[in-house]
Amino acid sequence: MDNDKASSIDWVRLSPWICTFGLFAIWELSVWLFGIPYYILPAPSQIGFAMYEFADGLWTNSVQTLWTTLLGFAMAIVFGLLLGLFIGWDKRIYAGLYPLMIGFNSIPKIAVVPILVLWFGAGWLPAVLTAFLISFFPIVVNVATGLATIEPEMEDVLRALGAKKLDVMVKVGIPRSLPYFFGALKVAITLAFIGSVLSETIAANSGIGHMMLTAQANFEVPLVFACLIALAVEGIGMYAIMAGLEQRMTGWAHRSGFNR
Amino acid sequence: MSAFVDIKDVTLRYKGRSGSQDTLAVEHLNLEVNQGDFVAVVGPSGCGKSTLMKLATGLHFPSVGSVRLDGAEVDGPVSIAGMAFQNPVMLPWRTTRDNVLLPMEVVEPHRRKIRTSRATYQQMADELLASVGLGDAGDQYPWQLSGGMQQRASLCRALIHDPRLLLLDEPFAALDAFTREELWCVIRDLYYEKEFTTILVTHDLREAVFLADTVYVMSARPGQIIVSREIPFPKPRPIEITYEVEFGELTHELRSHIAQARG
Ligand SMILES: Nc1ncnc2c1ncn2[C@@H]1O[C@H](COP(=O)(O)OP(=O)(O)OP(=O)(O)O)[C@@H](O)[C@H]1O
Ligand SMILES: [Mg+2]
Repeated sequence: MDNDKASSIDWVRLSPWICTFGLFAIWELSVWLFGIPYYILPAPSQIGFAMYEFADGLWTNSVQTLWTTLLGFAMAIVFGLLLGLFIGWDKRIYAGLYPLMIGFNSIPKIAVVPILVLWFGAGWLPAVLTAFLISFFPIVVNVATGLATIEPEMEDVLRALGAKKLDVMVKVGIPRSLPYFFGALKVAITLAFIGSVLSETIAANSGIGHMMLTAQANFEVPLVFACLIALAVEGIGMYAIMAGLEQRMTGWAHRSGFNR
Repeated sequence: MSAFVDIKDVTLRYKGRSGSQDTLAVEHLNLEVNQGDFVAVVGPSGCGKSTLMKLATGLHFPSVGSVRLDGAEVDGPVSIAGMAFQNPVMLPWRTTRDNVLLPMEVVEPHRRKIRTSRATYQQMADELLASVGLGDAGDQYPWQLSGGMQQRASLCRALIHDPRLLLLDEPFAALDAFTREELWCVIRDLYYEKEFTTILVTHDLREAVFLADTVYVMSARPGQIIVSREIPFPKPRPIEITYEVEFGELTHELRSHIAQARG
């Protein structure tokens, strides 16, 4: 029985680790068992060795990608917040700009990268801009929605007291859209990461995306996979930070069943 | 001397969304409420009762006619009014006390004072909360309160800035019968203590007769006052009065008026 007091192992907390290590173990075993060549699918041990061998390059390129992503993400936050506030301010602005935003967002961002390269040349700048372009949209939409869906009764209570639009926004609109905003950050950081790596694999001379491309050209398949693992670790880390931030900043929204 | 709330021959037309027709919400509406009166407005659904409330507080302006409050034409939001609705709409990130204090952060002159003397204001909010039986709910969040408790808090929010006019739009409609009767008594006691003029919109005829000095019946849309009925029972009224024969007869009389109004 697992509710036996003696065996107080917390299976729920342990489970993700068991699953992750289990996956790698099965992977390793299958590669050896079926004799898969390393240039098709390298075993985790081979990938680990590549990581050790190229540790320096992996580190500098990871840091580069991290910076690119964070810079684009920071721009997305600033711009997304401002535009979201602007759009959510008034029903008419919301109605007018929303279709434009949807149209913009439905352009696959990969199609924009060549244009950015054309304008700014290959390098880190197009990567930053791609990260920005791809990730600001969820922030804008969520902030604007939070503002535009203020309960009409709440607005009446305040407006009947002589509150200006700015009062309503500061007292109700902005705090109300914070859970939407922090929720959007989780999505946006993942997208920014996709954007920067995407751009790096197309036109850059540093970053993990670029390193992967080079490794692939040289048939260093274990290194390609090592890059993938580095990306996964970075991605998980950034997501976890944003999720933690959301949890901290908007605890009331979870407890009150707001925004379910 | 004109009445405290003086709605004269008011017509209000809501602009329809593009394509659809305009809605004539109220037409030739006349209503006078004297200072310190408690009136109830009943009528079929959609007849313009909420519209009447918005006219009285300057949230909407009449297309034709005039709305005067305390002798002055209403040409913008009036801060001498407090409002409570069927939906208590509390802000979930603020404690109940801070929710009650929300109007103080908007209305002059409190708006300036509350920053420096927050403690005094908090005490004020706590006293008001205590008077409706929420003495120890100030620190709790609204979502930790029951529906009835939230509605009490919403009443406090409507009353915190000592409004001279209280507007209640079906405030108890979502509550169970017992809680509703409890809150009738809360309103009654607050009304005797503070002597604000009150307009109560309700679908509950017993509620209207129990609380009001005068009950007005509105016609179907476009709304007009078709019946005005004084309630003769002496005040303050005990809740037991609602089970007496005369009380029942009066509610029946009003019910038949509404049935006619619905046509
Ligand atoms: N903002 C608005 N825009 C357009 N039409 C409106 C608006 N508000 C109300 N109406 C219309 O005006 C009429 C009167 O509405 P109102 O809300 O005043 O009715 P009510 O008497 O309060 O109804 P209920 O008893 O159901 O609450 C309705 O036909 C409604 O559709
Ligand atoms: Mg209504």
